[in-house]
Amino acid sequence: MKLKLLVLGILMCILDAQSQEYFPKNDGVKSPNSNYTIFTNANIYTDAGTVIEKGMFAIREGKITAVGKSINIPSNSTVINLEGKHVYPSFIDLYSNFGISKPKRAENGSQPQYDAGREGYYWNDHIRPETDAVSHFSFDAKEAEKLQKAGFGVVNTHVQDGILRGTGILVALTPEASEGDRILNERSAQYLSFDKSVQSRQSYPTSIMGAMALIRQAYLDADWYAKGNADNTDLALEALNRNKNLTQIFVTDNLLNELRADKLGDEFGVQYVIVGSGMEYQRIDKIKASGATYIIPLKFPSAFDVEDPYLATRLSLQEMREWNQAPANLKVLSENNVPFTLTTHSIDAEKDFRSNLIKAIDFGLSKETALAALTSVPARTIGMQGKLGTIKEGAWANFIITSGDYFDKETTIYENWVQGEQKILENMDVTNITGTYDLKIDGKTYELNISGEPSKPKAEVKLGDSRIGSKLSFENNWMNLLLSSPDTTKTEFIRLTANIPEMTTTITGKAILPNGNQSAFTATRTKDSEDKKKQEKDKQVHEIVPVTFPNIAYGFNEKPEQQNVLFKNATVWTSEAEGVLENTDVLVRNGQIARIGKDLNAGGARVIDATGKHLTAGIVDEHSHIAASDINEAGHNSSAEVSMEDALDPTDINIYRNLAGGVTTIQLLHGSANPIGGKSAILKLKWGESAEDLIFEEAAPFIKFALGENVKQANWNSNVRFPQTRMGVEQVFTDYFSRARAYETLKNSGDDFRKDLEMETIVEILNGERFVSSHSYIQSEINMLMKVAEQFDFNINTFTHILEGYKVADKMKEHGVGASTFSDWWAYKYEVNDAIPYNAAIMNEVGLTVAINSDDSEMSRRLNQEAAKTMKYGGMSEEEAWKMVTINPAKLLHIDEYVGSIKEGKHADLVLWNEHPLSIYAIPEKTMIEGVLYFDKEQDAKMREEIKKERNMLIGQMLKAKNDGVKTQPVKVREEQRVHCDLLEKVQ
Amino acid sequence: MKLIYRQILLTFMCLPFIAQAQQTPAPQQTEAVTIVGATAHLGNGEIIENSLIIFEDGKLTQVMDANTKIQYRGKIIQAEGKHVYPGFIAPNSTLGIGEIDAVRPTLDEDEIGEILPNVRSLIAYNAESKVVESMRPNGVLLGQIVPRGGLVSGTSSVVQFDAWNWEDAVIREDDGLHINWPSAFRRGRPWRDEDPNLKPNDEYNKELQKLSSFFGEAKAYLSGNRDYTNLAYLAIEPVFSGEKKVFVHVNGEKEILDAVQFKKDQGVQHLVIVGGYHAVDVASALVENEIPVLVNRPHSTPAMDYEDYDYPYKLAKLLHDQEVLVGLESSGQMERMNTRNLPFYAGTVAAFGLEKEEALKMITSNTARILGIDENYGSLEKGKSATLFISEGDALDMRTNIISHAWIDGRAISLETHQTELWKRYSNKYKDEDKE
Repeated sequence: MKLKLLVLGILMCILDAQSQEYFPKNDGVKSPNSNYTIFTNANIYTDAGTVIEKGMFAIREGKITAVGKSINIPSNSTVINLEGKHVYPSFIDLYSNFGISKPKRAENGSQPQYDAGREGYYWNDHIRPETDAVSHFSFDAKEAEKLQKAGFGVVNTHVQDGILRGTGILVALTPEASEGDRILNERSAQYLSFDKSVQSRQSYPTSIMGAMALIRQAYLDADWYAKGNADNTDLALEALNRNKNLTQIFVTDNLLNELRADKLGDEFGVQYVIVGSGMEYQRIDKIKASGATYIIPLKFPSAFDVEDPYLATRLSLQEMREWNQAPANLKVLSENNVPFTLTTHSIDAEKDFRSNLIKAIDFGLSKETALAALTSVPARTIGMQGKLGTIKEGAWANFIITSGDYFDKETTIYENWVQGEQKILENMDVTNITGTYDLKIDGKTYELNISGEPSKPKAEVKLGDSRIGSKLSFENNWMNLLLSSPDTTKTEFIRLTANIPEMTTTITGKAILPNGNQSAFTATRTKDSEDKKKQEKDKQVHEIVPVTFPNIAYGFNEKPEQQNVLFKNATVWTSEAEGVLENTDVLVRNGQIARIGKDLNAGGARVIDATGKHLTAGIVDEHSHIAASDINEAGHNSSAEVSMEDALDPTDINIYRNLAGGVTTIQLLHGSANPIGGKSAILKLKWGESAEDLIFEEAAPFIKFALGENVKQANWNSNVRFPQTRMGVEQVFTDYFSRARAYETLKNSGDDFRKDLEMETIVEILNGERFVSSHSYIQSEINMLMKVAEQFDFNINTFTHILEGYKVADKMKEHGVGASTFSDWWAYKYEVNDAIPYNAAIMNEVGLTVAINSDDSEMSRRLNQEAAKTMKYGGMSEEEAWKMVTINPAKLLHIDEYVGSIKEGKHADLVLWNEHPLSIYAIPEKTMIEGVLYFDKEQDAKMREEIKKERNMLIGQMLKAKNDGVKTQPVKVREEQRVHCDLLEKVQ
Repeated sequence: MKLIYRQILLTFMCLPFIAQAQQTPAPQQTEAVTIVGATAHLGNGEIIENSLIIFEDGKLTQVMDANTKIQYRGKIIQAEGKHVYPGFIAPNSTLGIGEIDAVRPTLDEDEIGEILPNVRSLIAYNAESKVVESMRPNGVLLGQIVPRGGLVSGTSSVVQFDAWNWEDAVIREDDGLHINWPSAFRRGRPWRDEDPNLKPNDEYNKELQKLSSFFGEAKAYLSGNRDYTNLAYLAIEPVFSGEKKVFVHVNGEKEILDAVQFKKDQGVQHLVIVGGYHAVDVASALVENEIPVLVNRPHSTPAMDYEDYDYPYKLAKLLHDQEVLVGLESSGQMERMNTRNLPFYAGTVAAFGLEKEEALKMITSNTARILGIDENYGSLEKGKSATLFISEGDALDMRTNIISHAWIDGRAISLETHQTELWKRYSNKYKDEDKE
């Protein structure tokens, strides 16, 4: 019955496969071929999960016509016997630039370019959805061969350039076919990334948050354009709309960006396929939750050369770990059922692909998953299931023939067929001449032993007990064997040559003796080659170090849990009217400060003896730039559309170090590259949590503004961007605010309007729904901004840095703005010439809410000292000084309801100090956020020991790797970068 | 020509930071001063709880317990409950040879060229710098002024911070030669498509070679008949006699060992390590070769993710524990204005385990020894210079580093600055407004 069906199938194929061919031919007569090729006796992996042992399949005109244990063989067939061989579907690579010419880099200019360089397209040159891989494609036979050698049959290739990169094409690797035949889909997917085009120097975006905002705006604009609202023609937006229903592939190169891409997709209801980094295992929960299919580059970090112990000390633990852990990434993805496919991108497909894949399998990836990742998963992802990545009727005849299990290092890939086009990689009709022979030459009998793979045999020759030097080559079944003289003092050779089309017990051929005489030789087989004792290599045990949260030094093995704690008998700095309470208990329950009092009952809570110690609220830093991948979006003079929440980096070691300095809450501010900066992220320093879990849920929305030298680009060579003077700065504000009012009116009118993310933010500011923290120095500009705000009927919330605040403190009070300042910085640029350390004290005296801020990852970890400086400079009281880093910044950030003081009902964000917290000798011993101990000095001491051990072990592993001959890379140093908005070199 | 000159002059005079002068330097001491009852931190590790200090003609004549019966002299200052310290010393500083980081015309710290031992910081030292005067209210009264840049940056001098001009300011002229030791790592050049991170410097040996061949050539020249002038060679002559110390600015472990070897190979008499981030593991080699370390500012972040968060805080102590002679220096970002935090650097080192008087030595007597000015400065001892101050409390703590009197060589210096003047002016503005 089954057989019958198959026959019927084949007949039908013949009937309907007769398509009409319409190209003229002038170099001869037409020579059509509709014959079948039948492959028999093969182990056929029809898909990742199914094998037909000793099966058969038929192909005709590039397609598979039948597969089965036994199929009908039509008379017009050639039959290829694949006895003992394996057949797999050819692989698919979805992320490639195969055959695409390298985009031409824009020439450097002396000044930045702010406007788009193209006309008729989008306002930003990095949005290039109209890019069409077809018009940049020409088949690259050399590259194709490399890919075919690795087992690939089809690649999805595109122009790897720009943020919206346009469409890719799905191409079969058929060097002999025409473009028309090998291009399976000329718009196979749309590609996106966070990286700018090299073809334009347009500045915007200069940051990750800018790139995200730009993609959002482009989506919104495409939608608006589709509704026919634009007067102009925009070929980019037209293309974006045209590409909407394609598979959307988002290219990233690090874990944080993978999660950012997914977040962006969620906002617009797009599920991206994500090109990943190989580091997904570090946040596998979030990766899994993304629901995305991943394209993973099959690339692992190389071991570092740590032979020089001095150099080795400069390696970060993170990089050492990644070397150790990354090979298990695919296993982890698989265990978590995250669908993924693999790409050869950024590796040498021919040399490294298979060995890396075998490594991944060695680290626990199953062969079935590996095969699926190369066949069915990419086929499905690109909408070609049933046509690619499978050996079944109707699919393209794309398959590889191997000598055995593809995932065995010793296996040879003989042939890679793509669309029925045969590519011979190794001759599979090699006569197997391995075995042991009696070799007779010129009256002497030698023992010849031939071993190894049939296609690459090796010889060993003995005369009696002595070994004879020999060299064997075997090509196209012609054997050449060179023997050196048994007398090692002589340089004499015997040359043997024989043709061995098939194996018989005796090989005969010609021998040329050292004297030049020719004679015959015979080699009579005495033994078959001993089956390679499948030395089940002791399966190497890989000692993989555990992933921590985050996966760098001082990360937690397990995320710390919320505890109920009773701090017993502390000196409690309330930062409230109660002042400092001696010998007082503070009870923490469910993440909140439950009670403050004397002799409190623990009621099951963990008791911490705080006798002689000081308990304070966690420090709040109004102005921080830690925990971010980028600080400035400098591409426009306003970047109100960007948000620092898009740029969070929860793996920044400075989070931990700030906790060790008693900091629990920060405002992560945009830099000061432009008058209207970006939206802030107000964070709790919950070390080990993911980016979104750092965000202070109840916090109010903020934005950074900036004034002065940085925004007018006074300290570097750029003088084309408006504004270049303080006069211009005022105009930027007035212009944006006026336009935002007009935008709001239009929006409220009910008419169609273009949603503008920048204007949306500014409208929030004007309506008092988003607060401004403005970087400021000079009294004139401080006064100006207040007046502009008043003109538009809103208030500036905070002046940050505000070094000349003392000169206009009375005006600030009248406006109702707070101040957050450095304790003692000055003289680093012209506008801080009149900065004085008495600033905080004077403003406080006038009645402003004053905070001391850091701006700097070094200063932020000892803000208690900075607060104490207000006692020296201006004679502040201890309690007032302490408020400057706790309740006052909390007030400025509108989070004083939750944090900034020790008060019943507030978040249990607490620091236990060994000493008076304003003393230079004070050190935090424990830092808690919402009842979770994120820093504990005792724990820290243990971690130091563990880190030492771990580094030592990893160095040992790397030394072993180098000793085993693994290629290493020189030590490179991932330096900690200190970022301020206020250092010139950082503000670009 | 003259007209242009005049225009330039006028332009410069219009710049306010040039036009404002510093506090008037104090005159010579004419009357003896007696300080009674203060806790005296001698700077050599000792404390006298209830002290009596007398100085005359710029020299300390008595430093003793107040209970000793002795004739008080001159002006008597009752200082019970207060603390007296020797003036703090800021080594490896660019004070006075740079004013505002971002304003290039105000910067004189870095001359072009690779090997410039003959370049001298002293003659560029601006005794009227507003930043220099802001050191004094924190107790920082002396400094070593050091040129920057190149392989051999130039020659430093030690000055005191209350002077009309550099000639008046100098207390040890041309004290040190400064070498920026090549680094075993170098930064990738992004413009050549290199990873901008640090990686092994394949030119390290070549750069070392450059340095030793310079020293070799100089020695050959100096032992020859000198029939021509080579300024660079002449400038290192005192290095071999010991008059000029060699300050090697270096952080890596291997590089430090190479510097130690360099001292031996070249016959350098006195060598000082500046920076010394990785000096801990080679401390014994430093002790053995009598090489002290000026540790970079403790208010820094660790270089590597895996290092102890408090490593920069405790580095000076770790070296001290291994008997290395240690001073603290404050170079780095915004170094000039930050130098007034020198006492708090010492305080931080004390917070992380070092005994307080030992920490104090790192900004007083140890530094004086390292700079070769210990005969006169760095501690409160009879016969030494009367360079000292009175603080309301512990001067290593911000809360109590509140200075009422300070003397340099017995001269009672002003503690006013551009900043205190603005403070008073604007405090009064609001007070007056309140009255209205």
